[in-house]
This record gives sequence, structure tokens and C-alpha cells, in this order.
Amino acid sequence: MSSLLIITISLSYLAILFIIAYLVERRNQEEKQTGSSWIYALSLAVYCTGWTYYGSVGRAAVSGADFLTIYLGPSVMCAMFIPVLQKIIHICKTQRISSIADFISTRYGKNFSLGIIVTLCCVLGIIPYIALQLKAISNSFQMITGNSVSGGDHAFPDNSFVIAVVMAAFIVLFGTRSVDASERHRGIVAAIAFESVVKLIVFIAAGIFVTWGLYNGFGNLFDVAREQHFMQFLGLAPAGGYSNWLAMLLVAMLAVILLPRQFQVAVIENTDVRHLRRAAWLFPLYLLAINIFVVPIAIAGKHLLPAGVDADTYVLSVPLFAHAHTLAVFVYIGGLSAASGMIIVETIALATMVSNHLVFPTFLRSLHKRSAEMELSSRILLVRRVSIFAILLLAYLYDRYIAAYFSLVSIGVVSMAAVAQFAPAVFGGLYWKYASRKGAVAGIISGFVVWFYTLIFPSFAGAGFIGKSVLDAGPWGISWLRPQALLGLTDFGMLAHSLFWSLLINLLCYIVVSVLSTLSSEELVQAEIFTDLNDDEFQRGAVWKGTAYIADIRRLVSGFIGRERAYNLIASYAHRNQISTQEPEADPRIVVFAEKILSGVIGSASARFMISNATREEQISVEEVLNIVKESQQALELNKELRKKSIELTRATHLLQEANDQLRQADAIKDEFLYTVTHELRTPLTSIRAMSEIVYDNPDMEEPLRQEYLGNIVTEIERLSYLITQVLNLEKYESGRQKLHLHAVDISRLMQEVITALTPLAQPKGITISFHNPASMLIVQCDRDLIRQVGYNLIANALKYVPATGGQVDVSIRQENGEIFVWIEDNGRGVPVQLHTRIFEKFFQAQDQNLRKPEGSGLGLAICKRIMEMHGGRIWVENRMPEGARFIFALPFDI
Amino acid sequence: MKRILVVDDDPYILMSLEFVMKKAGHDVMIARNGAEAVEAINSFHPHLLLLDVMMPDVDGFSICRYIKANEKTKDIIVVFISARTQETDIEKGLQLGAARYICKPFSTRDIARHINELLAE
Repeated sequence: MSSLLIITISLSYLAILFIIAYLVERRNQEEKQTGSSWIYALSLAVYCTGWTYYGSVGRAAVSGADFLTIYLGPSVMCAMFIPVLQKIIHICKTQRISSIADFISTRYGKNFSLGIIVTLCCVLGIIPYIALQLKAISNSFQMITGNSVSGGDHAFPDNSFVIAVVMAAFIVLFGTRSVDASERHRGIVAAIAFESVVKLIVFIAAGIFVTWGLYNGFGNLFDVAREQHFMQFLGLAPAGGYSNWLAMLLVAMLAVILLPRQFQVAVIENTDVRHLRRAAWLFPLYLLAINIFVVPIAIAGKHLLPAGVDADTYVLSVPLFAHAHTLAVFVYIGGLSAASGMIIVETIALATMVSNHLVFPTFLRSLHKRSAEMELSSRILLVRRVSIFAILLLAYLYDRYIAAYFSLVSIGVVSMAAVAQFAPAVFGGLYWKYASRKGAVAGIISGFVVWFYTLIFPSFAGAGFIGKSVLDAGPWGISWLRPQALLGLTDFGMLAHSLFWSLLINLLCYIVVSVLSTLSSEELVQAEIFTDLNDDEFQRGAVWKGTAYIADIRRLVSGFIGRERAYNLIASYAHRNQISTQEPEADPRIVVFAEKILSGVIGSASARFMISNATREEQISVEEVLNIVKESQQALELNKELRKKSIELTRATHLLQEANDQLRQADAIKDEFLYTVTHELRTPLTSIRAMSEIVYDNPDMEEPLRQEYLGNIVTEIERLSYLITQVLNLEKYESGRQKLHLHAVDISRLMQEVITALTPLAQPKGITISFHNPASMLIVQCDRDLIRQVGYNLIANALKYVPATGGQVDVSIRQENGEIFVWIEDNGRGVPVQLHTRIFEKFFQAQDQNLRKPEGSGLGLAICKRIMEMHGGRIWVENRMPEGARFIFALPFDI
Repeated sequence: MKRILVVDDDPYILMSLEFVMKKAGHDVMIARNGAEAVEAINSFHPHLLLLDVMMPDVDGFSICRYIKANEKTKDIIVVFISARTQETDIEKGLQLGAARYICKPFSTRDIARHINELLAE
């Protein structure tokens, strides 16, 4: 394909990134949003670089399954160490930390030297990694344009140089818009997330093409692999043995946080700690997805391409071989995505570190106190932009002049092993209060030296810079100093060996030196902040002593971030915390706040320096710090205690409210009950009154009529008193005042008695009550009178509902599963299904607004239900086929 | 002689009211539920209705609404006799156009007096 076309495509792709970044940035300026957790999770995938994109397949083809470790590590880290990440993010937000170097330097007393050391380590460790990305882009460019890949002897300017310059321009445009480095680059992050999607889709597309386009699916591919004896590389046979497997896993776990670009996207660019929740599954899922087709492509490459083809190029060379040129162009773009994403973020992170920790400290020291009034922000931006160009230039130079001597493949892992040296200082600093600056310095330097000696130094020998004898016999012939077998340790692979010794010595130095050294007051303060007091609500304003004038503070901050912004920030902070800014002397909290603002711009150590220069500071003694810490801890305890109490109070209030609601509800039910009862009483009272009046007012009534009236009066009075008894009964059962008098009762005999009692009522109406008596006696412990009442109510009810002629009531008893069931069936109208539960409610029909039950109190079934509940039994109604109702009550044998 | 229709689902109340009204010299008809009431209203053309509110089928309020909405029947005087004695019920009854709302348990003497008053107007 023509170079011009590919260049146009590449530049168009970068232009798309540019537009995305620009649009997001602009939208964000219009409306401040928290950002999306999707974008956050996807931006983490900047972890998958060009090295991953092309190199995974190469690694799989050469050394088998160990390519997976690079992805397993981060997955484990993301899924399992969320609290650690949360803590780091929280600290960085409150302390306005701008990079991993700033994090470590801030933790150990805002120290210049630590910032410098960490930055140097990063530059040393990461520049080759960036160079590798430039290489990946230029190699893929050469492949797709069909130019043969030749060595580093290209004419200047070569592809890599152009790429480096274009990248630098892009980064300068979007990475240095604000002087505050702790501020988030929304535009860049969105572009990175977009790139992550592109490289994933393209890689999967290539995988699908290979698996189903060139072969007949996975099964076919693996059959091919088996026939061709490729299978050995699919197993657990990594180069360097199993120890390297574990080492890679550990390195990848640490790298996903400690690599400057990962720290940048995961911590600095995080807009909301809660986004971690989504990232915890989405990021590992992403890594899983991008790995699905690694092995298929590796097999296809091995199978289809001639032996001389570099396995690292399979992703691109397999489509090219199959003449799928469009796909190849997309694959190229995916690789461009992966590599450029890494370059962009890594360079921003490194440039911030270089300018904040290497350049500013010297630059600011040389400033006279008065020059702090100058407009510094443009100079800061200039420094950062120059750093960006410098870093990419270094990477280019490395690629052009040094890289050729080393094997490219391992550079990624070597870089990761370098940043792994920060692990003790970073993670120890989060939880170990007594870790000291000296300990951190000792640990990082010693670890880094061992890293260099065991991983980099042997490559020098490989490149022929030093004699091979150093590797075999050790320097000066001291065999236990052999770089690949320190103290005679030969069982590990090279990476595992290096990692083991560097981290071990690092950790030992860190701990021993920390224990031996005494903490300065500043270290003590920072130790407290990082390990304990990262509580937002807690104001640590007072850990500053001295005299500062608010005008000085304002002037100082203005110099860095502009007058308007400085005034606004300080004013709103003072307002939020109710601090007066009227007096000429500044409140210590204002001073500390100003220092935080400056930290975001120039790093904490420089900020510390600027503040102490602009004010008359008094040294705080360790005792004072300890006192403050103690007080603040007490305040914190008190605060916690108060909060606990407040929660308890809220809970109690809630409980009270609930109880109150229940009471009110009970009250309402009682009111309603009372209303219904009085209403039910009014009807018989009305007829009694009316009929009595008639008899009284009409002495001349005929005798039979008089008799009828008086008889009716008596009936109604009986009905009234029955109603009253029922109401009182129900009330007694419901309130629990009724005690059960348990006896051994023969249910069949009891039912027989009930039927006998009711027969005189049934016979005149022509209703037959038949009783299907079981053969044996059925003895149950129950309250005889109450159960008789249930039977009586149910049968009496049935008598009311049977048809006028041919009425039939069947009573039967059965026994099943430890319960006795009594069935009372009639051939009446039955009960509509929707009323099957409601008919057991009190005054069910009376409650049904304007419908009234023709006879009875409306309480019979409610009473039955209550009695059954008291016995631990059940009662319900079913419809009987073809017609009629079946009431069943069940009593357990053992209550 | 005025025609009076008594509507209630309680047989004793019906019987008593029928007795009292007849004795006062009115032409009385009784209905035990809403359906009978509506039929009697259309065939018997009562001057006055003694109307219970809660009945098994239709409630008295609906019957009253029906009467007042109909041109032919809207002049019938409606007197509610009800065991529903809450303020809201009484208000509702009067709003529907009833002339009186008498709460149970009432006195037949009061009923007779009220009816005499209403029919005299």
C-alpha cells in the first residue's frame, strides 16, 4: 500500500482523537460533570500498549501461556485491592498530588530528594518503553507500506522521529492546558478510552477473520496446531520456568498501579472514587476479551507464515499474507491506537514528574523571594512542554541508537520491574506510620540498583559492551556476585531472580532504615495524613506555625495560577470554612490550603519550599506535631462517637415513629371496629324501639298483632345480646385474655354433639346433615368449648346458605400428616374466590360499605379464625364441585 | 291521601313503619331492597320516600341520586333513615337532595311528625 495513503490514514486517525479530546474538553468547560465510569474503566486499558497488541501474539508463539500473566496480574489487582486503590485516590485528591513521584515525595515529608530519585528511576525505566512504542508504530508502518524493515541506519528524519514529533505536538496541545497538573485531562482521557475501544474491536476482528475466515473455527485451528506439533507452546512451559510465571504475575499486579501512566489514569484522572466499582469488573473483562484470539493468531502465524517472520508481527502479517488489505489497515490503526495511547499518557505523566521534581526545584530556588510575584504560570507551562519534547526526543534517540543492542520484547517487563521498586514505599506508606523518608530513599535506591545490576547489566554483556565472563564468573571473579545468580541463587528465571533480590533488598532497607531513623515533624504529619487522617471532614489546618500575611499568600498563589483564580479559590475556601480574611495575618489553614494549591502545580516539595520562603515559618517540634495528632485523633474519636450516637438516635427515632404508626393504625382499626359494632347494634335497637312504641301507642291493637310485635321484640333483643356476646368474645380472644383449657378431646364425638344440637334448626327447613364418621377415635389436645364453637358456627353458617329445598350439609373428618381436618360442605351458592380470605375478616360484609349480611353478627368466621390461630391450626374455604362451599379447619395433633 | 314508599332491608323496621304510616292515614308501600324500590317508585309514584342507606344490593344514596336526576321523580320528598350516623354521611345525604336524614335508632313518633311537616309544605 502506498505510504501516502497510510500517512493520511494515520493523521486522520490522530485528528479524530484530537476532535474527541477537544469536544470533551469544551463540553467539560461548559458544564462540570463527574465524568463517566465507563470512560474511566476503558481508559485503564491504556495498560494494553503496542507491545501488548503485537507482542502478546509473539510471546504466545515463542513461549506459550506466560503472555497471560501480564493480564492476570492487573485483573487480580483491580478486583481484589479496591480498598487500597480507594485510599490512594482519596489521598491524592485531598493532597492535590500530581504523579507517582509526587505521591511518594509527599508521603515522606514533602521531600525534594525522593521526588528526584523516583523521577529519575521512572525516566530510566520508562524511556525504553516509550521507545518501544515508537518502534512498534514505525515497524507496522513499514510493514503495511511494504517497505522492508531495516536497521537503525535510516536517513534522518526517519519514521520514528516524525511520529515522536507529531505525538509531542498532540500532547502539548492537550496535556498542558492547565498549570495545575493535579487537574484532570478530561479530553485526553476520553480520547484514550476511545483508543481502547478501537484496539479491542480491531484485535477481535482480526481474531475472528483468522479463526473463521482462514480456518473453520477454534476446533479446526487447534487440530492444525496438534498436527503441526505447536501444542507444546500452549502449555505451561514459559521461558525461565515457573518462577518467572509468578514473577511476571507479581510485576504486572504492581505495574497496573505504579507505572506512571497507570497512576495517571487510575488515580490522578479519576473523577469519582465510585468509578472503581465498575472498573473492577470492566477492566478485567476487557483484558479477557483482548486475549481471546491471541493463541489462534499465534497458531495461524506459525502455520501459514514462513519460519523467518517475526512472531511479533503476526497480527499484521497474517492479514497481509491473506491479502485482507482493508483488515490490515485497521489492524495497523489498532496498533497505532495502542502505541499512541501509551505514549500520550506516559509522556504527560513523565513530563509532570520531570518538570515538578527535576526542573522546578532548581528553578524555584534560584528565584529571589520577590520574583514570586511574577507571572510564573506561562513559564511552568513552557517547562512542561519542553519536558514533553525532551522525553520523546530521548525515546527517539534510545530507539535509534541504543535499542538495537537489546532484545525489544522484554523491555516492557523490565520497565514494569523498575516501577515495582516503588511498591514498598507506596503501599508501606499507606499503612505503616513509622516508615521514614530515609527508609524510602534507601529502599528505592537499593532496589533500583539491584534491578539494574540483575536485569540491565546482563544485556550490556549480551550487547558486547562488557565481557561475557562477568556473567559467568562474576565481577572480579567473585562468583556470588554474578548478576544472574546473586548469592548462588540459580533456580529462578532471570526476571524472577531480579525481582526476588531487588524487592527483598528494597524491603529490607526500607524497613531497617525506617526503624533506625527518627521522624521529622513534617514526616510525622504526612504519615498521619496518609495512614490515618484522610477524613474529608477533618480539618488539619493547624499543622503550620509562623506568621504569614494574607497579601503575601495571595501574591504567591497568583504567580502560579493567575490573580483572578487565586483570589477566588482562597476566598471560597475561607468562606466554606468560615475563616476571616480581613486581618492582615493569614489563618494557618489558609497557608496550608495555599500550599495544597501550589502542590497541584509544582509538586508538594516545591510548594513546601515556596510557602516557607514566602512566610516567616517557625519550626514545629515533633512534640507539637504529636500533640496535634493526638488532639485531632481525639477529635476524630469524638466525632466518630458523636456520629455513632447520632445514628443510634436516628434509629431510635425511627423505631419510635414506627411504633407510633402502629399504634395509630391499631387505633384506627379499633375506631372502625367500634363504629361498625355500634352500627350493627343500631339496627336491632331501631326495630325494638319502633315496635315497643307501636305497642305502647296503640292500646287498642288486636291481640294477635300485639303478640306478634312483642314476640319480635323478644327475638330482636336476643339477637342484640348474641351480638354483644360475640363482640366481647372476639375481643377476649384477640386481646389474648382468653386462656386455652386444653383437654384430650375426641373430635368426632364433639362434631356429633354439634350436629345433634343443630338438627332441630335444620329439620324444619328440610335440610339433612350427614356425618361421615371415621372408624377410630381422633383425640386432639384442644379447648373443647372453643372448638365446639367453631364447629357450631361453621355448620350453622352452612345451614343459612343451602338452597331452600334439598339443602344438604356434609360433615367429615380426616387425618393426614399430623393434622386433623374437619370438612363442612354445603350445596349452596359457594363463596366467590376473591372473597376467600376476606370472609374471615371482622364484619366482613358490614365493612363492605353498603352491603349487609342478611343474618348473624358478621363475626362468626372471624371468631373461628381467631380460635384456630390460638390452637396453632388453620381454617380456610374452598369451592366444592359442582356447587357449594367447603369450609375446612385443621388442628395439629401436638400443639 | 299521600303515597309513601318505605325502603329498608330489615323486616321488623319495615313492618313497624308500615303500621305507623298507615295509621297516620297514608297510602303505604314497602320495598325490601333497591330493585324493589326502583320498581315501586315507577309504578306507585310516591309523594315521599323513607329510604334506608345500607341495603344488600343498591345503596340508598344511589337511589336518591337516581330520583333527583329524573325529571318525573325529582319532586319526590326523600327522607333517609340510616344507621350510618357520621357527619359525613348526613352531609352527603342532604347534599343529594334529601329533605331529612334521620339516624337509627329513631322514634316512630319523630318519623310521623317529620312526615306530617314535610307533606304539609
